[in-house]
Amino acid sequence: MNYKFNIIDDKSLECKIVEFSNANFKLDSDYILNNFKIAFKSFGTLNKKKNNVILVCHALTGDQYVTGYNPVTKKDGWWSRMVGPNKPIDTNKFFVICSNVIGGCSGSTGPKEIDVNTNSPFGGKFPSITINDIVNAQNYLLESLSIKKLFAVIGGSMGAMQAIQWSLNYPDKIKNIIHIAGALKHSSQNIAFHEVGRQAIMNDNNWNKGSYKENGKRPETGLAVARMIAHITYLSENAMHRKFGRKLQSRDIISFGFDADFQVESYLRYQGRSFVERFDANSYLYLTRAMDYFDIVDKFSKAIEFPTISNKHINYLVVSFTSDWLFPTIENKEIVKKLNYFNRNVSFTEIETDKGHDSFLLDELELDFTINGFLESNYRKLESNE
Amino acid sequence: MNNKFSIRKDWRLIESLIVENSRILDIGCGEGGLISQLEKNINAKTYGIEVNSELARKAIAEGLNVIEGNAEKDLGQYSNNSFDYVILSQTLQAMLKPKDVLLELLRIGSKAIVSFPNFGHWRIRLQLLFTGKMPMTKGLPYQWYETPNIHFFTIKDFENLCKELNIVIEKSIGLTSSGKQFSISKKLSNENLFTSEAIFLLSYQNFEPIKLKSKQKTFVGNSIIAR
Repeated sequence: MNYKFNIIDDKSLECKIVEFSNANFKLDSDYILNNFKIAFKSFGTLNKKKNNVILVCHALTGDQYVTGYNPVTKKDGWWSRMVGPNKPIDTNKFFVICSNVIGGCSGSTGPKEIDVNTNSPFGGKFPSITINDIVNAQNYLLESLSIKKLFAVIGGSMGAMQAIQWSLNYPDKIKNIIHIAGALKHSSQNIAFHEVGRQAIMNDNNWNKGSYKENGKRPETGLAVARMIAHITYLSENAMHRKFGRKLQSRDIISFGFDADFQVESYLRYQGRSFVERFDANSYLYLTRAMDYFDIVDKFSKAIEFPTISNKHINYLVVSFTSDWLFPTIENKEIVKKLNYFNRNVSFTEIETDKGHDSFLLDELELDFTINGFLESNYRKLESNE
Repeated sequence: MNNKFSIRKDWRLIESLIVENSRILDIGCGEGGLISQLEKNINAKTYGIEVNSELARKAIAEGLNVIEGNAEKDLGQYSNNSFDYVILSQTLQAMLKPKDVLLELLRIGSKAIVSFPNFGHWRIRLQLLFTGKMPMTKGLPYQWYETPNIHFFTIKDFENLCKELNIVIEKSIGLTSSGKQFSISKKLSNENLFTSEAIFLLSYQNFEPIKLKSKQKTFVGNSIIAR
């Protein structure tokens, strides 16, 4: 641990930021980050034994505001229904940490932050980021907070990728993993959807090879289109039909034009518009790429069959949703099958819902029940063994 | 598929067949009642499969290693001899291919414990003989068109299948409909008439499996004599 760090209170972001210097943090791309920062929030209290820490990993466009007030959106955090006092992940009992991923845009080092070497924003010159880099950066954060053990790492979607990556990188630090709606690899279809989104951004004249901050004009149209495409993949056909059908938007007859005649169009346009207010287009490029590059099929098999650091103690919970076609049950079950083949502790359930991939963020009582029970019962076991 | 009292009795008998500190898979584990009992009472390391997702989630919420899955589709994911015991309680008669399932049990486990309702019980025989309709009893309370039990068999049938598959019956316990317990003898004279529920401990051979240990993996051989 040769690096230095400094923990500051960021008043405008209403979170803490750890600034690392002299870190010599080597990314998968061989780029070396010496200075970087991680923005995070924590909830609940760290107990004396320091055995109640839960790391929640956010998804592609998430942030550190997992619960409580988000000063950027001025709304509740993205998983407020799951995390908090007396919620399924109970902050009366657990100390929950959630950090903004590296490459993100809500306080951690990412393309919109200033590169100290050039004194201008990284923009398109930001180094390529992988899920492995994201997890290693989170480990820096935990080291700086003197946290040596995680009771659980929990995440959905890109957060699930991080959770399972944690089991490869630091298995000795973790007791439990909750992997929701993820996979051991990003599928060809998913890469394809990401590519369409990236093309929308990069073909926006304002993108300017990523150097748009200097010009004062952001590629908002491109980013909004990218979000609209992605949003479709988070839903399911049934859920869309149930919500919108062919209903018209604030009109009784079709307009014979290209206005948002249909409610579904109006909804997607709104999703696109509101997204650009809170998210950086370059971050979107870098993080979708991080997901595309994710493929730990071989590494995971090897780590389970011939662990260099023991991972036999880890309890895995894998959850999927019937209507999720982005990270379908079959992809989630690959993890379960590998673990079962080598006699590991794994639980698996597929929750029946028509809400698609987004289910993990929505009102799914069965998900609440499963996560809560899994955490509480395993915590009881831990306490009775200590 | 049975009333609570007889399930509990079933569990006690299953427990009596298992050595302490074993690795156990319970197929059709429900909410995990049996496996959590085995963890508590005989320090077993347990796993479960349950097809009903609500029940599986109840078991998961108790901190048990339970996967939602199907005995006929999902046993393939376990490697040979993953478990000391594989339990299939009151379920074999509901399988599409009971023979294949039976073989799978003894592939993934050194021993298998199988319990099932005996269709050769005298009451069932009499019902069919005198009413001419598919029998219904306390243990088998379903009409023919809605029963999950699609492959009925008797103790005799089961023993013949074991013989055909070279499976050794290490122990067998019969329960009468009033819950009286006795061991089923090899000759099988009256037992097939009086057993309403049977529990069998099965393996391929009568001796302990040979375990060859290397640093990374445990190789387990089932038998030394070619069958």
